[in-house]
Amino acid sequence: MEQNSTMLGKIIEVSCSIKSALKGKNFDVTLKPYLTVEEKRLAAAGDPCRCMKQYFTSNEDLKQMLESSKDSAKLDAMKRIVGMIAKGKNASELFPAVVKNVASKNIEIKKLVYVYLMRYAEEQQDLALLSISTFQRALKDPNQLIRASALRVLSSIRVPIIVPIMMLAIKEASSDLSPYVRKNAAHAIQKLYSLDPEQKEMLIEVIEKLLKDRSTLVAGSVVMAFEEVCPDRIDLIHKNYRKLCNLLVDVEEWGQVVIIHMLTRYARTQFLSPWKVDEVVDEYSESNFYESDEEQKEKDQKLKTIYTMDPDHRLLLRNTKPLLQSRNAAVVMAVAQLYWHLAPKSEAGIVSKSLVRLLRSNREVQYIVLQNIATMSIQRKGMFEPYLKSFYVRSTDPTMIKTLKLEIMTNLANEANISTLLREFQTYVKSQDKQFAAATIQAIGRCATNITEVTDTCLNGLVCLLSNRDEIVVAESVVVIKKLLQTQPAHHGEIIKHMAKLLDNITVPVARASILWLIGEYCERVPKIAPDVLRKTAKSFTNEDDLVKLQILNLGAKLYLTNSKQTKLLTQYVLNLGKYDQSYDIRDRTRFIRQLIVPNEKSGALSKYAKKIFLAQKPAPLLESPFKDRDHFQLGTLSHTLNSRATGYLELSDWPEVAPDPSVRNVDVAESAKEWTGIPGKPKKEKPTEKFYSESEEEEDDSASTSSSGSGSASESEKEDEDEGSTDESSGSSSPSEESTDSESDSKESAAKKRCRAVNESDSQDIKKKAEGISIKRSTSSSSDTEYTSSDECSSDSKSDSESGKSRNATSNKVSKKEEKPAQDRKTPKTQDMFLLDLDDFCPVTTPVAVPTAAVLSPSLAADLEGLSLSSSSVIDVTMQVSVPTKTHELLHRMSGKGLAAHYHFSRQPGIFGDRMVPVQVTVTNTTDQKIENIHIGEKKLPPGMRMHEFNPIECLEPGGSITATMGIDFCDSTQTASFQLCTKDDHFSVNIQPPVGELLLPVTMSEKDFKKEQGMLTGMNETSTTIAVAPQNSTRLVIIERVVKAANLGVVPSGQDNIHRFAAKTMHSGSLMLVTVELKESSTAQLIINTEKTVIGSVLLRELKPVLSQG
Amino acid sequence: MAERAARPGPGTAEVFVRAPGAGLAAAALRARGAGPTGAGPVGGRGLCGEPARGFAPPQPGLAAAMIHSLFLINASGDIFLEKHWKSVVSRSVCDYFFEAQERASEAENVPPVIPTPHHYLLSVYRHKIFFVAVIQSEVPPLFVIEFLHRVVDTFQDYFGVCSEVIIKDNVVVVYEVLEEMLDNGFPLATESNILKELIKPPTILRTVVNTITGSTNVGDQLPTGQLSVVPWRRTGVKYTNNEAYFDVIEEIDAIIDKSGSTITAEIQGVIDACVKLTGMPDLTLSFMNPRLLDDVSFHPCVRFKRWESERILSFIPPDGNFRLLSYHVSAQNLVAIPVYVKHNISFRDSSSLGRFEITVGPKQTMGKTVEGVMVTSQMPKSVLNMTLTPSQGTHVFDPVTKLLSWDVGKINPQKLPSLKGSVSLQAGTSKPDENPTINLQFKIQQLAISGLKVNRLDMYGEKYKPFKGIKYMTKAGKFQVRT
Repeated sequence: MEQNSTMLGKIIEVSCSIKSALKGKNFDVTLKPYLTVEEKRLAAAGDPCRCMKQYFTSNEDLKQMLESSKDSAKLDAMKRIVGMIAKGKNASELFPAVVKNVASKNIEIKKLVYVYLMRYAEEQQDLALLSISTFQRALKDPNQLIRASALRVLSSIRVPIIVPIMMLAIKEASSDLSPYVRKNAAHAIQKLYSLDPEQKEMLIEVIEKLLKDRSTLVAGSVVMAFEEVCPDRIDLIHKNYRKLCNLLVDVEEWGQVVIIHMLTRYARTQFLSPWKVDEVVDEYSESNFYESDEEQKEKDQKLKTIYTMDPDHRLLLRNTKPLLQSRNAAVVMAVAQLYWHLAPKSEAGIVSKSLVRLLRSNREVQYIVLQNIATMSIQRKGMFEPYLKSFYVRSTDPTMIKTLKLEIMTNLANEANISTLLREFQTYVKSQDKQFAAATIQAIGRCATNITEVTDTCLNGLVCLLSNRDEIVVAESVVVIKKLLQTQPAHHGEIIKHMAKLLDNITVPVARASILWLIGEYCERVPKIAPDVLRKTAKSFTNEDDLVKLQILNLGAKLYLTNSKQTKLLTQYVLNLGKYDQSYDIRDRTRFIRQLIVPNEKSGALSKYAKKIFLAQKPAPLLESPFKDRDHFQLGTLSHTLNSRATGYLELSDWPEVAPDPSVRNVDVAESAKEWTGIPGKPKKEKPTEKFYSESEEEEDDSASTSSSGSGSASESEKEDEDEGSTDESSGSSSPSEESTDSESDSKESAAKKRCRAVNESDSQDIKKKAEGISIKRSTSSSSDTEYTSSDECSSDSKSDSESGKSRNATSNKVSKKEEKPAQDRKTPKTQDMFLLDLDDFCPVTTPVAVPTAAVLSPSLAADLEGLSLSSSSVIDVTMQVSVPTKTHELLHRMSGKGLAAHYHFSRQPGIFGDRMVPVQVTVTNTTDQKIENIHIGEKKLPPGMRMHEFNPIECLEPGGSITATMGIDFCDSTQTASFQLCTKDDHFSVNIQPPVGELLLPVTMSEKDFKKEQGMLTGMNETSTTIAVAPQNSTRLVIIERVVKAANLGVVPSGQDNIHRFAAKTMHSGSLMLVTVELKESSTAQLIINTEKTVIGSVLLRELKPVLSQG
Repeated sequence: MAERAARPGPGTAEVFVRAPGAGLAAAALRARGAGPTGAGPVGGRGLCGEPARGFAPPQPGLAAAMIHSLFLINASGDIFLEKHWKSVVSRSVCDYFFEAQERASEAENVPPVIPTPHHYLLSVYRHKIFFVAVIQSEVPPLFVIEFLHRVVDTFQDYFGVCSEVIIKDNVVVVYEVLEEMLDNGFPLATESNILKELIKPPTILRTVVNTITGSTNVGDQLPTGQLSVVPWRRTGVKYTNNEAYFDVIEEIDAIIDKSGSTITAEIQGVIDACVKLTGMPDLTLSFMNPRLLDDVSFHPCVRFKRWESERILSFIPPDGNFRLLSYHVSAQNLVAIPVYVKHNISFRDSSSLGRFEITVGPKQTMGKTVEGVMVTSQMPKSVLNMTLTPSQGTHVFDPVTKLLSWDVGKINPQKLPSLKGSVSLQAGTSKPDENPTINLQFKIQQLAISGLKVNRLDMYGEKYKPFKGIKYMTKAGKFQVRT
């Protein structure tokens, strides 16, 4: 404490001295108002110098504090150091003291040390190496967030010596199970690349791998890395193109921007131009805005006769469209530029509404958006014409916004709206913001040249402005009038005369010069005035601006040629003045003119043509928008904003003449077959985002297929599918354990998927279901279910026929299924047998009573599976359960239930209600002699987080009858009780279900190697173990497996050793791995080890498994 | 800081190699200033560009990060915070910014994008602070600008207000937040729900506790947010009172011309929500007349397809305050203008006195009172002073900025508020050619001027009954009356 108070004193001291320094500075400023920015900066920088001495002492203090044993002192020191860094003060000398704390247990200190390290490691490379081992250790941490942050800091230390370590860490992290770690790996790629570009090849390999990643978390970051490291390797994108398109909606907003920009470039190299057709069919018309999708489609149909858009091209356009509704301006702009550069001209119009919406945003956003609209509006007026009023200027807008709006209004001007616009312009001309008023006058000039109907009106208006009191306005008008007159000089003698009179009052050089030029050019039209003007200006020649002097010379020369009698002497006088002018430009010009117009022996032939040279017909200046040729830069880029190439700008290529082979984007078979098994360890993390939109994806997919049906890719995919089917099969049969069931499960899996799909299509109303989202459907294995799916399959066949490439897996499996059908029929009874073995006293009740409609599979999973390679990631697959526990629990006793009895048991059919729901089969029996009607679930009292999927109400239960319904409960990985009410028509009974911990698991299969690897990551705190006595009769392999699996829903891991048995599962809700090892020792004991992140569940499970093996 | 800042000035190439001591930057700068002013400070800066960075990345363009550095600059041109995500960019790069700032008459006119020889400066101006991002290569400018705005929003969310003082007071939190928001210049965590879990926002209580216990605001538990089911909602939210409030706020943007007729008028609306609900609630919000909404943009939590097909907002809300939806009411609907302004402002050529008279009255208010009326007007430069008497409220005329503001308060339809008096002009100047425009602010409670009505709000997925509240309000947006 005391230390703190002394510190406080010091701080006050320092701040006082800063204050005094600041005072001094202010004093300076008031004394010297002309102080340059530079000097101000120096003055500001003065204060740290003055108190430098104090810094040294306080730095000593800081060092002491960092050495202290108390965390609070260290923390205080670190806070102050971060404060120093933030102010841009040097704190590098503290490096040795700070770096010692990198391994601090205190997470707060650690974070601040990281901040410090990232800032100074580059400068203190040798010392920075001391910290590396800490990070290397943290990279192996079981907690993904620690792994991620270690990688983040390690890769941010810009020390070249550790490049190999970084490379290794990135490689490792790129196949991490956690998508968050993989995301950080993608970020690290760029960092390493900028540190050492020589690593490029290796990094590209990692990028290639990460591009195949299915996680929405990773997608944005890896594309970013791709753009940074190897933007030219477009070939890496092919296979991932469709996946990226489909994922796009779910990627976080920043990633969306990057991906959209990259896909824009990609599409320009891969697809044919959709514009050629447009030129033939029609120009963009306003009606397109309001055209419904149907009409659009019809139109597309029409176009198809000439041009067929690649379905992948269409896919991109369709999947980006919803993003126009994003709250993020950058995303909207990205989509807008994509449509501008890729969409058929008739469709680009849909972006304008959203762009106009952005104009409500902050000034900076407005600025960029308006610039882009300006460029667009030049080429396609129609896009923004309906929004003309949105560009009206408010007096409170900043000048740069005003001028941009004006620019756009001018671009949009046409015969129909010009009168409204001119009225609006009149208000602007009077604006207090003179810069803006001048811009308005130019705008009027441009309208006048572009729309011939109003030229005269504009000209008159401008002439009126000549009597304006403000000089800038008048000057600008003169300049614009000059340009206008040049375009149609025929009958404007009056105006020229008027302007000649103005010459006495106007002082702005440009305006004076313009008037003089006009009089000179049309001197024959104003023969009386012109010589007089020359006389006046000759008098004031010496006081004029250079610009004006040149025009006086010019006027003199022209008059000399046309009216030499009156003006010869005047001209010579002017030329003499010019000869001795200070400016060499003027002297040059004078000499040049004299040689041309005054004939002498030397001048020769040229002077004969002097009149032709001076009084030649001059082309009228074109009044053009400054945004005229900005469109050669990709819209929405920095280069476009600056109108010059920015570093690292990637040119948008022209459309190819002939489309490159579209089949490169087809994902090959082997890969997807592999992924099939490879996925389930990962998708856990993908779900969050997926679930929100997948229904939309689904619908889109359907429409995609309809629009693209008949195109080449569909048939192709069909072919592939057959291949895939066979590989599926073969891979299934080659798997070492559970041969029959494995291949079975594969095919069933797909069938189940399809079923969900069909169901989902027909019934998309269920809100609850949507909320729960779409989950990955795992294979179901109860015999009744098999029947159900296979029958359902026929009905959905017709539907799936129309599915296109995206739902490939579904289709493929259909194909394989057809072939397999006879075989499957044979297999089905076999599976049944297997179950009957276990279900000794429990009769399998048919489940379809309560139709499990909620199980829905995102079709995007099919796509999910594409583009993910198995090569290095571990295979952890959710399997079907091996055993179904026989035990039933009482839910409601018939006495307390007034004759209604209910039992429940855990059916272990995964995924019926989404993969987080534990399926529970409830059997209700009517023991009364009356019918019981409307049995349903009433009010639920669930602990927070817990959710429940109710069974469908049972309308009527006959006396003595019993019926089984299935419900799902998400227990949130806890053994908390789910209480709810079981209601009948007249009564309601409170009941509750408490799950045994073994039922909160979902079995997974994995190889022994993976098991060991995972186990290695889950050590320490995450491991619980105990020694148990094993009854002798229990020591055989089969018995152990049977008992363990019965007690808990675990998957068996094939084991190489006889005395070690391994089981794996993951928790239902969070998907954390749960690894169980039973190691038999001598003298009927065994070591039971459980590794899991969920330590609570782990220890409960341990307690429950203990008696299972020890009992006889 | 500026170690090894090589400055290739004409004749004064100074290299600072890791001189010890704290005030290095200052030393460098002082040395520059103290040297012979041969090159001249301005010329030196302008011509020779920024100093080459000490540990320069291999090639410019290769080492691109989206956002390299961030400088916070106050109104008087002091850099009061800097943060670098990659190697350090010297402060002197901001000189280009200061130059532009000087050139622009007002802070608002500083261009948001400024190119320098090696970098590009993208800035936003909010709360009298310039947030200047330094970038090195091509990047969509809106990406950076939008991000900077998000940074400001986050600060505001954290500290209530975003001002220089607050940022300086909370520099450690600010630094930690910035560290989390960007990784290598690429946005990492920008959802405030997630950020707040990583770094706890300071509260008065926590500040007191922290000073006693000496802890910081870093969340001591690692957040699960990044990996939670819903990326924008933190897990394990618990409240004793479960409440969900929705504010439907509509703003009228209008330009009214001299004669009182409407030139353009449109309604922009937002629905701001404050949701404090336990667990993972799933809400649906439906409207009586969703067809009114012409163009909408959503918070990422809203399920787009559901809106497309049913015009229902279905979402799992983030915890706390957020903007659910912004919308635009279709242009076909005529906008009811709730107030009118009668004005009579005239300057005479001959005398240096002008007349000024405005009256504000209600027009189409659907029987509601118009409150919080505030009239502001930027007077022409030649106006010296104004002698005015309001029938109600208070008025101020600032002779320096020439801004007249009149805080009217409520409009009583029986006795319309008016402001009358004379304007004295600078002697000798001619009368201004344009009358000043009048900007109007007002509020009408319990009314959405477009007629939008929320039908119902339902919650799924949780057991409790939340308290639900919906409030409507109409405000003036950019409401201008030309005179």
